[in-house]
Amino acid sequence: MSATQATRPERKKKVAKAAAEQAELAHKCLYYMSLMREVEDRIERKLYRQGKIVGGVYVGRGQEAIPVGTALLAEPDDVLFPSHRDMAVFFIRGVPLGRILAQYMGRVDGLTRGRDGNMHMGDMSRNIVSIISALAATVPVAAGAAMALRYQGKNGVAFSYFGDGATSRGDWHEGVNLATVQKLPVLFICNNNQYAYSTPLSAQMACANVADRGPAYNMPAEIVDGNDVLAVHEATKRAVAHVRSGKGPYLLECKTFRMTGHSAHDAAHYVPQGLFDEWGKLDPITQLEAKMVKNGWADQEELDRVHSRVRSEVDEAVAWAEQSPYPDPSTLLDGVYENQ
Amino acid sequence: MSTTYLEAIREGLWEEMERDPNVFLLGEDIGIYGGAFKVTAGFFEHFGQKRVVDTPISEAAIAGAAIGAGLMGLRPVAEMQFADFISCGFDQIVNFAAKCRYRWNAAVPIVIRAPSGGGIHGGPFHSQNPEMWFVKTPGLKVVAPATAYDAKGLIKSAIRDNDPVIFLEHKALYRRIKEDLPAGDYTVPIGKAKVVREGRDLTIVTYGAMAWVALEAADTLAGEGVSAEVVDLRTLLPLDRETVCESVKKTSKVLLLHEDTRTAGIAGELAISITESVFEYLDGPIVRVTAPDTPVPYSPPLETAFLPNADKVIEKARWLFRY
Ligand SMILES: Cc1ncc(C[n+]2csc(CCOP(=O)(O)OP(=O)(O)O)c2C)c(N)n1
Repeated sequence: MSATQATRPERKKKVAKAAAEQAELAHKCLYYMSLMREVEDRIERKLYRQGKIVGGVYVGRGQEAIPVGTALLAEPDDVLFPSHRDMAVFFIRGVPLGRILAQYMGRVDGLTRGRDGNMHMGDMSRNIVSIISALAATVPVAAGAAMALRYQGKNGVAFSYFGDGATSRGDWHEGVNLATVQKLPVLFICNNNQYAYSTPLSAQMACANVADRGPAYNMPAEIVDGNDVLAVHEATKRAVAHVRSGKGPYLLECKTFRMTGHSAHDAAHYVPQGLFDEWGKLDPITQLEAKMVKNGWADQEELDRVHSRVRSEVDEAVAWAEQSPYPDPSTLLDGVYENQ
Repeated sequence: MSTTYLEAIREGLWEEMERDPNVFLLGEDIGIYGGAFKVTAGFFEHFGQKRVVDTPISEAAIAGAAIGAGLMGLRPVAEMQFADFISCGFDQIVNFAAKCRYRWNAAVPIVIRAPSGGGIHGGPFHSQNPEMWFVKTPGLKVVAPATAYDAKGLIKSAIRDNDPVIFLEHKALYRRIKEDLPAGDYTVPIGKAKVVREGRDLTIVTYGAMAWVALEAADTLAGEGVSAEVVDLRTLLPLDRETVCESVKKTSKVLLLHEDTRTAGIAGELAISITESVFEYLDGPIVRVTAPDTPVPYSPPLETAFLPNADKVIEKARWLFRY
């Protein structure tokens, strides 16, 4: 018996195992992406229009692959800085759906207890840091969190999320420079959805890609198809391995498109319809489903089951959030300081 | 035809741009999009790209570039998308713009427009009243109009002024108030308060959206036989102490009102100014109604509790009247 003959079944087993893992990953991704789509649809198209959400609403429709493909690789010690279109990060870290909806509705069970709205929320028990509105303000903060992870001897990574427009802020450049010169464990994740409010990328920066900013900081930078969740996941794996090994930050630019206006009140007339049509065909959820069927990882019935499971989870969460009371005005002064 | 507060600002900007080719605009999404609040809608089409500059999301660069252009003799009007983001350009404004004149006698004739204020469910980062960050800075001027008339007249004065002006436009007023404006060019002087309602028994001193709250309160108080005078500051720096003190001399009682948070709000400065100048005229303690010392909360019941309103003013005014 030759050596090759002996290992053939082994190799077959390995291939089968890898395929099973891919299938499992695909299922997980589909669930989280569909959940984000459904929750945000309810928020933007129902609750906001019904007047149950009164503040600004910014959704990540069409960009779900980015928070999902990246955050699935976060370890418990890692700390995440989701931006305003990265809702799935909260699901993946185990924040209950109802609490997210309560946040949008200004109820006491929201993560900020009614003090702030939409994606302006965090939870240090899950290592999620809240953004402030000022774009890229979290970038230097992520560098500091990474400094702490290293200081504390944890092999953790800070996941810093932002859009293309945010990279114009001085805070972004200061944070990235500090992180690179200190070789801090930060993974910079850009959702390049090609518009910042009404401003197209070409009016935002003179370089063609956000990744082009990497070399200026001697930081490895990679462009990935942000509408292909498995590709995002694969690229994140590489990036995280680099960062976790102590080699310093890594910039992952996920190319995608903002399939909505900037916010619920913006009809985005400034975006040529052709772009919506073109990118609509590249929807990350539809693409993943097609791949799953083609590879025999799921049949249509299974996919339908995922969507109905998602719908009923969201129904339940909305009902729960609507039961949550508004904060009592007598608590207005509470919590400005530790013991107050 | 009546003009809204927002249209008044738009008209003021438009007429100044027609009048002076050195006036130009810069900011985020102000061109083709016409600005987050549509104040500059139509400007790009009319004045072109050279005079309506869409910038990246870079508030420090917006403020800094305005300063540079101003030093060179242009008259830039920069827009902050929300006043809350002005903090991102803070150093340029409080250290660069504010100190050029005093240090080396260089003029920085710039205007920074900043949509400020709460009452729109904007939460902690889209509702702030950042005036006192700048009122603490000698070299700046800070204006905060309450009416469409003043908004138009003050934006014109701000553009013509040879020093840096922070122009706070209250978001809650944008489309809520309107009035008939005179045809043709007029300005409202920076640094001049205005008695917007005459009264005998007490004075309410305020500015911005709270001027309307004060007038509403004064109406109710009138029905109870309390005659309240209302002074609209209109400019916070330089502060028109004289008009305030004249009113206090007349009524002998004063209630200070602002939407800004309590500690180190303009009320504190007014109180000491009144004490310094007209203490002997006072027939009661100086009182104030303000927002509390918290960030601006998002949830409606919290924001309602946070914001001063007519009821809170009336209650305090009754107490003061009886004092
Ligand atoms: C410092 C600052 N300036 C302006 C804004 C207003 N604003 C909110 S989101 C946005 C566009 C952001 O674009 P990008 O970073 O590309 O993220 P995207 O919304 O496209 O996901 C702007 C201008 C802000 N939040 N912060």
